[in-house]
Amino acid sequence: MAIIVNENTRAIVQGITGYQGKFHAERMMKYGTKIVAGVTPGKGGSEVLGVKVYDSVREAVENTGANASVIFVPAAFAADAVMEAADSGIEVIVCITEGIPVHDELKMYWRVKEAGSVLIGPNCPGIISPGKSHLGIMPTQIFKPGSVGIVSRSGTLTYQIAYNLSKLGIGQSTVVGIGGDRIIGTDFVEILSMFEEDAETEAVVLVGEIGGRDEEVAAEFIREEMSKPVVGYIAGLTAPPGKRMGHAGAIIEGGVGTAESKIRALEKAGVEVGKTPMEVAELVAKLFRK
Amino acid sequence: MRLHEYQAKQIFSRHGIKTAKGEIAVSVDEVESIARKLGGKVVLKSQILVGGRGKAGGIMKAFSVEEAVEKAKELFGKIIKGHVVEKIYVEELVQIEREMYAGLTVDRAGKGVTAILSSVGGMDIEEIAVKHPEKIAKVTINPKWGLWDYQIRQLLINSQMPKDYWKEVNAILRTLYSILMHYEAELVEINPLVATPEGLIAADARLNIDDSALFRHRELETFRDYTEADQTERIAMEKGLNYVKLDGTIGVLANGAGMAMSTMDLIYLQGGKPANFLDIGGGASAEVVREAMNLILMDKNVKTVFINIFGGITRCDDVARGLIQALAEISVPIVVRLAGTNEEEGRRIMEEFAREKENVHIVETMEEGAKKAVELGR
Repeated sequence: MAIIVNENTRAIVQGITGYQGKFHAERMMKYGTKIVAGVTPGKGGSEVLGVKVYDSVREAVENTGANASVIFVPAAFAADAVMEAADSGIEVIVCITEGIPVHDELKMYWRVKEAGSVLIGPNCPGIISPGKSHLGIMPTQIFKPGSVGIVSRSGTLTYQIAYNLSKLGIGQSTVVGIGGDRIIGTDFVEILSMFEEDAETEAVVLVGEIGGRDEEVAAEFIREEMSKPVVGYIAGLTAPPGKRMGHAGAIIEGGVGTAESKIRALEKAGVEVGKTPMEVAELVAKLFRK
Repeated sequence: MRLHEYQAKQIFSRHGIKTAKGEIAVSVDEVESIARKLGGKVVLKSQILVGGRGKAGGIMKAFSVEEAVEKAKELFGKIIKGHVVEKIYVEELVQIEREMYAGLTVDRAGKGVTAILSSVGGMDIEEIAVKHPEKIAKVTINPKWGLWDYQIRQLLINSQMPKDYWKEVNAILRTLYSILMHYEAELVEINPLVATPEGLIAADARLNIDDSALFRHRELETFRDYTEADQTERIAMEKGLNYVKLDGTIGVLANGAGMAMSTMDLIYLQGGKPANFLDIGGGASAEVVREAMNLILMDKNVKTVFINIFGGITRCDDVARGLIQALAEISVPIVVRLAGTNEEEGRRIMEEFAREKENVHIVETMEEGAKKAVELGR
């Protein structure tokens, strides 16, 4: 099972002829992801890493039956790439690009919803179902197949926690980096509900950070809708208000978005929240020892 | 990028929102001549990029040219909320009959633009929300459909706006929305929006442009004002590093924003205080690490540095080789934790280096590293 991606996912890479696109396309292929084509406007007809490059997503889809896309297109053109993917019937769009203008993100968001596709990101490390498929830039070797789902706003922290889990012998069903921007395609609640439905997932780790109210909304959802145990972690307890902490969305504004408020909301919803990434892994291990 | 009031007002008035007559001054002499031109009764408004200037003494009224000169002398060079006053906007004093609030902002939860209108103004919007919740109204606009009249009516009704102002407020909200969309702003705000005998005037103006969209608005580049930004944060910005100044003693260098935040938190849990937050991003080359170290050590409060790297695409052995070069001449205590891709090789290289450099300490986990950094910083 796993969520969003699996061994049957057929992906294209938008921006495959660029440095990042090519590098990560190769890594994804090595991991076993079915990369069926690349798209770079103007480079159609050429070949990269043994797959054909097309000028448009539509051509790529028509010729290969692709149903997913990973986007490595510079920020100024990334929204256009997402719109094109949604318009061409791509079901799963993973946008790695950082620094997309927020007004572009708003438009992307609504276009993707209208098309009924799933957008992961932008400004995210992607998604992995260990042993099956990986769409993104994650360090694949630290993951291990298993039954814990991870959903996270932070890339490196996702790796840290997955790594700790794997070291304790606990594998993951699917790991989703939803991205650190203010406007993201898929939020905690959507991913949590997919995990709740997924037969392979037995427990979920939610990794949040300062900024916005997404974690509080997620807490509400967990309390009301989820039967599976959730362990949480929130970064930025000591972050000063009014400063953007690396991610565009990681900022405490007008008293909203503090780590304390998120931790409180999660704990109220029965989520055990680890104080350190190691403690998070230990809390998950405890669930499995019961 | 946050614009100064006088810059935002230029844009607002160009689009048809009324503002009081005024000019920007950088010297007492300039204040004098502007005040004279405006008839003596003026407001002196320090142009600093921070909210709550009024309460902090950054806005002064003068009723004669002489008084304006005196107040200008007092205001120039004054430090308000950590910002030095270098520019003063001199504006004609207007007769205020009523203060209101109008603002629009990108709304992350609603995935749209939220318009906020209040029939009272002059204080923080959070404060208005607490003191006069019945006089504040919000509506979220889906950018796909844009702003419609019924939504404005909803704002006018729900904010208990007197009908005398409906027509003008409607026009102002429409203009603000088009400014927000045109300049790809994160926030446009008029607070207070004042009723005067001559109609509604934007007595203050705020416009925050999305930095990521600036490449499409080159004309705004000239508005960029670096003078106030923390010097180190500015250098970091120019080098493409993500640096935030904090007030503790332990320098934090990590790859990835989440990792950097988590590292800060761990230090705090151990009873220490981070001096800064530095995210070196993805490819941590020797050059980047060296620049990052220089930035961290520019802060004289830094007693020790914790380098916390989780290699993903980045390989620990590459990072280790970079670190060795970057740390060769640094003598403050350094705690290094390397995990992830090629961890063993990376740690082997670091350990060899640490045998000869007494100030370099290698740890296995980030939790352990935070503890060690706090101990060494005591």
